[in-house]
Amino acid sequence: MNPYAILLPLMLPIIGAVLLLIFTRSAWMQRIGGLLFSALCCFASLYLVWVVDQLGYIVLQSGGWAAPFGISLVADRFSAIMVAVSSFMGFGVAWYAVGEIDEGRLRRYFFPLYLLLLFGVNGAFLTGDLFNLYVWFEVMLIASFILMAAGGRRGELEGALKYVSLNLLASVFFLIGAGMVYGITGTLNMADISAKVSAAPDAAGILPAAMLLFVAFSVKAALFPFFFWLPSSYHTPLPAVSAIFAGLLTKVGVYALFRFHTLLFVSLFSHFQLLLIVLSVLTMVTGVLGAASHFQMRRILSFHIISQIGYMTVALALMTPLALAAGIFYLVHHIIVKTNLFLISGVVLKIKGSDDLARVGGLSKSAPWLALLFFIPAFSLGGIPPLSGFWAKFGVVKAGLAGGHWWVVTFALLVGVLTLFSMTKIWAEAFWKSQPDTSGVADEADEAGEPAPGSTAAALRWMVPPIVVMATATVMIGLLGEPLFNYTERAAAQLLDAPGYRAAVLPAVDPAPVVPALEPQALKGGN
Amino acid sequence: MEWAVALLIGVLFACGVYCLLRRSIVRLVIGVLLISQGANLLVFLSGGLTLGQPPMVAQGAKAPVAPFADPLPQAMVLTALVIGLGLIAFLLTLVFRAHEAVGSDDINNFDSTEQAHGAEGPKP
Repeated sequence: MNPYAILLPLMLPIIGAVLLLIFTRSAWMQRIGGLLFSALCCFASLYLVWVVDQLGYIVLQSGGWAAPFGISLVADRFSAIMVAVSSFMGFGVAWYAVGEIDEGRLRRYFFPLYLLLLFGVNGAFLTGDLFNLYVWFEVMLIASFILMAAGGRRGELEGALKYVSLNLLASVFFLIGAGMVYGITGTLNMADISAKVSAAPDAAGILPAAMLLFVAFSVKAALFPFFFWLPSSYHTPLPAVSAIFAGLLTKVGVYALFRFHTLLFVSLFSHFQLLLIVLSVLTMVTGVLGAASHFQMRRILSFHIISQIGYMTVALALMTPLALAAGIFYLVHHIIVKTNLFLISGVVLKIKGSDDLARVGGLSKSAPWLALLFFIPAFSLGGIPPLSGFWAKFGVVKAGLAGGHWWVVTFALLVGVLTLFSMTKIWAEAFWKSQPDTSGVADEADEAGEPAPGSTAAALRWMVPPIVVMATATVMIGLLGEPLFNYTERAAAQLLDAPGYRAAVLPAVDPAPVVPALEPQALKGGN
Repeated sequence: MEWAVALLIGVLFACGVYCLLRRSIVRLVIGVLLISQGANLLVFLSGGLTLGQPPMVAQGAKAPVAPFADPLPQAMVLTALVIGLGLIAFLLTLVFRAHEAVGSDDINNFDSTEQAHGAEGPKP
């Protein structure tokens, strides 16, 4: 029951990253260190979930400064489960990366950057301060930029350029939004912003500031008109890298949107509800249509990230206890399943030297185990019972029907069918049909470096177990999902209780004799 | 004084957006640079400008006298500047490497990741 548990998911990755920066000579040291620290982080976050579920909130005021003045670290049930799933994926993908990443890349700071990425993601989930959230986003982004571009091939550099420039612009929007919010409310603490905005929801300029933040988070989450950076970059880096990106990065954006609507600007939600519903539906539809038009495994999967984001944000837009619980459940399910699918596409790439559906085939004969492993997350993504995706979609649809949003539910179901169509396309092309004749195509060599057969088998010994673990997790969530769903219901109840969050973070309302020197805005009043 | 800084921010944003809309990737960097500097100034301005009133506490007093400059936006700008410096340095390197790999400065030629079959797909 130690409230300092909130620090472990932050300290373990950063300590690991720093230590690994010292030992860059030895590839084995990098592997052991990367695995060790991501595993420790995974266990620490599970411990955090356990503690948070007992206590409700963990609030740590850094430096001992009372709430609106210092930077608060806050873990509620939603943050905790996000940290736990992310760290679980962090461990799984690190395991996979041990097999996949070659020694040269390992010496070029793969694992330090990887741990730095996990550090940034966990930090974004745990902070209770708007500007600090911006800093965590940047920590996460700079690590992801380097991870994406470090391979140095043309596709990676092109993808990275688009990814970097659009994300930098989104960060600028975030910064402007945060600055404006500070200018209006005089505070950066999220709980305090929530309180100030609720007290004066019509303050001049608050809606434009909120809109800027909304756009910034939507870019990160890859919502409808802002997603173009994602499908042009996610399929370019190493599969391990794109898997962790696919699992975590957009979800940080979704997490920020959840906080935005349930805490920061909860009093302005009526302005955003219809917009968010429409954008979510468009996100679902464009994402799934984009996926239908592509023939490269990882690109299809990238478009599916977008379409699935729509389900999560539509759950957020419905804003009922059931919808939010379903949204959080969806996030958990989606992170596991999507990471797993990207890892499987990496295995296909390793075995076949390509993940272009026109050039691979016959995997159901040559690797039937892989076919089974693909089958589980793919059908889960499509929402087939009894896998985890079914319950996630079921929750969203049920919440939509309860709210009377028939057309939203229609689109959600239609998109589910189209998702299944894309998955069957991958299944039919990569696994079912026989291996096409690719002898005429000569540019295979620069794709995967044509590894020797022996080294492929050795690599697969590391790459396959995490896939099995994640697939098992998907099945288990589907079959025994009740504890998780109960947990997400408790988390949703917390999300809907913004005053509770404020009360947990901010000190009790006594006129504390704190020197008001750090809050001149309060002195100026409402100008 | 606020109006002058606000005008400057507007000019920076306008120039930045103009550069972003060009097809050259070098102008893209310049555009991002200008816009992020505009954003930094905006954050700086968000606390309001107070001339000649540093937030110092006089000896023996508990708090500074009321009209004083807000130090927090300055701290935020400082953080954002450092982050921005690192990101721009990275972006410059990336643009240089991308230019080497693609052999062009024109963003229209950066399309190999947009094809249905990808950069390494079957060539016509």
